[in-house]
Amino acid sequence: MRKLAKVFFSLAMVGLFIGAPFSWSAAKNDWPMEAFEPDLTNLPSLQNGFKVYANHCLGCHSLQYQRYGRTADDLGIPRELALESVVFTGQKIGELITTSMDPEQAKAWFGAAPPDLTLEARLRSPEWIYNYMKTFYVDEDRPLGANNGVYPNVGMPNVLLHLQGVQRYDAETGQLFLEPGTGSLSAEEFDQVIYDLTNFLYYVGEPNRLERQRLGIYVLLFLVILGTFTYLLNREFWKDVH
Amino acid sequence: MQQTNSESKQGSLANAMSWLDARFPATETFEYHMSKYYAPKNFNFFYYFGWLATFVLVNQLVTGIWLTMNYVPSGDAAFASVEYIMRDVEFGWLIRYLHSTGASAFFVVVFLHMYRALMYGSYRGPRELLWLIGMAIFIALMAEGFFGYLLPWGNMSYWGAQVIVSLAGAIPYVGADLMEWVRGDFLMSEVALNRFFALHVVALPIVLLGLVFVHFVALHHVGSNNPDGIEIKKNKDENGVPVDGIPFHPYYTVHDIHATVVFLFLFCAVVFFAPEMGGYFIEKPNFEVANPLKTPEHIAPVWYYTPYYAMLRAATFPLFGLDAKFWGLVTMAAAVIIPAALPWLDRSPVKSMRYKGILSKAALGIFVVSFIILGVLGVLPAEKEYTILAQICTMLYFAYFVLMPWYTRVEQTKPEPERVTS
Amino acid sequence: MGLKPKVFKSQVLKTVEQTALSTGDAVHDAPTGDSSNSDGSSRRYFLIQATSVVGAAGAVGAAWPFVSYWSPSEKAKALGAPVKIDLSKLAPGEMLSPIVAWRGKPVFVVRRDADTLASLETDTEMLADPDSAVAEQQPDFAVNAWRSERKEYGIFLGVCTHLGCSPKYVVTDNFVETGQGGFFCPCHGSRFDMAGRVVKGVPAPSNLEVPPYRFESDTVVLIG
Repeated sequence: MRKLAKVFFSLAMVGLFIGAPFSWSAAKNDWPMEAFEPDLTNLPSLQNGFKVYANHCLGCHSLQYQRYGRTADDLGIPRELALESVVFTGQKIGELITTSMDPEQAKAWFGAAPPDLTLEARLRSPEWIYNYMKTFYVDEDRPLGANNGVYPNVGMPNVLLHLQGVQRYDAETGQLFLEPGTGSLSAEEFDQVIYDLTNFLYYVGEPNRLERQRLGIYVLLFLVILGTFTYLLNREFWKDVH
Repeated sequence: MQQTNSESKQGSLANAMSWLDARFPATETFEYHMSKYYAPKNFNFFYYFGWLATFVLVNQLVTGIWLTMNYVPSGDAAFASVEYIMRDVEFGWLIRYLHSTGASAFFVVVFLHMYRALMYGSYRGPRELLWLIGMAIFIALMAEGFFGYLLPWGNMSYWGAQVIVSLAGAIPYVGADLMEWVRGDFLMSEVALNRFFALHVVALPIVLLGLVFVHFVALHHVGSNNPDGIEIKKNKDENGVPVDGIPFHPYYTVHDIHATVVFLFLFCAVVFFAPEMGGYFIEKPNFEVANPLKTPEHIAPVWYYTPYYAMLRAATFPLFGLDAKFWGLVTMAAAVIIPAALPWLDRSPVKSMRYKGILSKAALGIFVVSFIILGVLGVLPAEKEYTILAQICTMLYFAYFVLMPWYTRVEQTKPEPERVTS
Repeated sequence: MGLKPKVFKSQVLKTVEQTALSTGDAVHDAPTGDSSNSDGSSRRYFLIQATSVVGAAGAVGAAWPFVSYWSPSEKAKALGAPVKIDLSKLAPGEMLSPIVAWRGKPVFVVRRDADTLASLETDTEMLADPDSAVAEQQPDFAVNAWRSERKEYGIFLGVCTHLGCSPKYVVTDNFVETGQGGFFCPCHGSRFDMAGRVVKGVPAPSNLEVPPYRFESDTVVLIG
């Protein structure tokens, strides 16, 4: 009876915690989010994401806790090639990925300094970033001409407008409409770009994630083996006790 | 006589030991505390947690020292130094996760350890002092966790510390000065970070080690309780050894080694596969640097403080000319401290819940459920229905203690056995 | 790390085993730590051994990250990364200025003229190690009279091999009585010639260290 109660309580505790309705990563306005499945083993995707980031984001958003060299190594990019294709600031390969934008000026232009994005995928969630990047739409009332579905009244301009094309928002239906042919990429191509970019940011958030999981398997396996021995040893000694 | 190789090895080891024993009570201490320390033979699952708490303490000390080798306690560099450890230092990520998971594991283990005492009356005489030392460890541990949480200098670190320190402001007359004194500044700033670092890394670990040491000394002086709540020392054989006792070494050393491996399995499963634990072990707002101008949408303390936080928030109305904030602080402090009174609140003729009456069993059950509900409420935002529930659970929490002198005396108990049962 | 911890561990474990197996004396009808039948105690012994071995392996594995943690981090490796030096503006007889650092140590680059190079081969009687016999002081390509890959350019770490001061470059002094100049250390008076070779009778025991380097082009060298 007591054992049952204990089991029940522990399950209840686990259930209560997991089921607690509070979520830090929910959109402020409950925007319906498209699912996003990251894949850290997809090196071509991560490499493309790195390139997209360097070409379109690094001008304003630093990745100041991450180093070029390490990123190149993890993504399977030869360091010489990385220096040529993603390092535009004359930095060395071992340096941290900083941006040259002055934060004070940025604040004056955008209302807030563009945040560093190293940990953005852990702060919000990769799903949030994926949807955020896809839900910019034209809004003449905003100072920079764009608004965002996931993050209403955001200070960031729609930097990928030329790729995605013009997107409009219908307030009545709550739907976004993409005007075909207005961007240099098709909807699928743009989708892929944003997938790669988000996947890359997911990697940058925790570069050791795959290694952690890989090591974890070995550690748990070892503990099962050791646990078998300690179980047998314990049982052997306790035969003495009556 | 020619000695064999292994015999001469044994002989030389024995010689070494007698050299040492002539100068240091090595064998004597080992016998007193391990091989001739007699523990009850009926220890169950709940008796693992004292050792596991010690194990986690060692983990926190070692991983903490290693982290301190690369952590920088300044407002500018703290957050970056944590990411440096996570990315640029070899296995830094592992040491960090061991430390952060260890902090949560510490509280899981300590709560279960204390729960055992509540179930089996381990706080009753002659173990009152042991219990009080344990309460001191608990309070020191809560402080250690609080100071440690500021160190990553994330946004939740900052605002959590801000909220808790501002509780001091609720104290009449001295409150505002006290807040300034704790912070060392007019606002929460890197001044507090520097001093919390010293307290977390040096002062409180020393205090904790000292308290754990005297905790062991006090325990070994009176001997352990057991699930039946009977004193095994009352029944000794012709050699003066308790008939229901077994030498701690080798039986409980081997027992605890296995328990450690099982614990490590669960612990490593978290460290390697879910170190954030859905935002409960490493809170999401802490992935951005402390920003005095940007409050997180929802400030919640780490899960192990949430029951007390919920009680703090449950006080919503002023009394006797003092505001609700003050009464919240009083309630929270009282909730932390009141378990210390247990040895004197419990008037039952028996120690263990196995032999107590239905009232005690119900009271403990209600206490546990209320504590858990309060814990969940502490994570949630303070909405109306939740507040009422928090207030009810707070009353139930205190009722367990306040009514104990009455219900432990009036209820029908079962007779305690002479010998331990399994 | 090697075998030592395991050997020590097995000694300690043997003592622990012995205590475990011999607790019989102080306990009455209660457990004695060894079993009555011989199968039981040999099984017990085997299990203790086996668990200890697996446990020791686990302990080594658990210690590994803590030891590794002390290795140079990515930041240290980045700071220790190779350094490029442009030699296009260096005239014969000059030392490159400002002095470039590699791994926190100053790099001396001197461009030697023809006379100097000639004397490097002949004026060796006053030198303590004229043939660069001490292998650790230079890579293989620098085991020659000019101690460099290319005769013209002498590249050395500006750290005196006595106690680590930074020597001065001396151009016109009647230094080693051949008027060719070299390096003079102000701390305790050690002297090195234009190929960084130490003279006899001074406190410094060996030639100036030559770092690993390679020429990327005629005027660009990569140190490290």
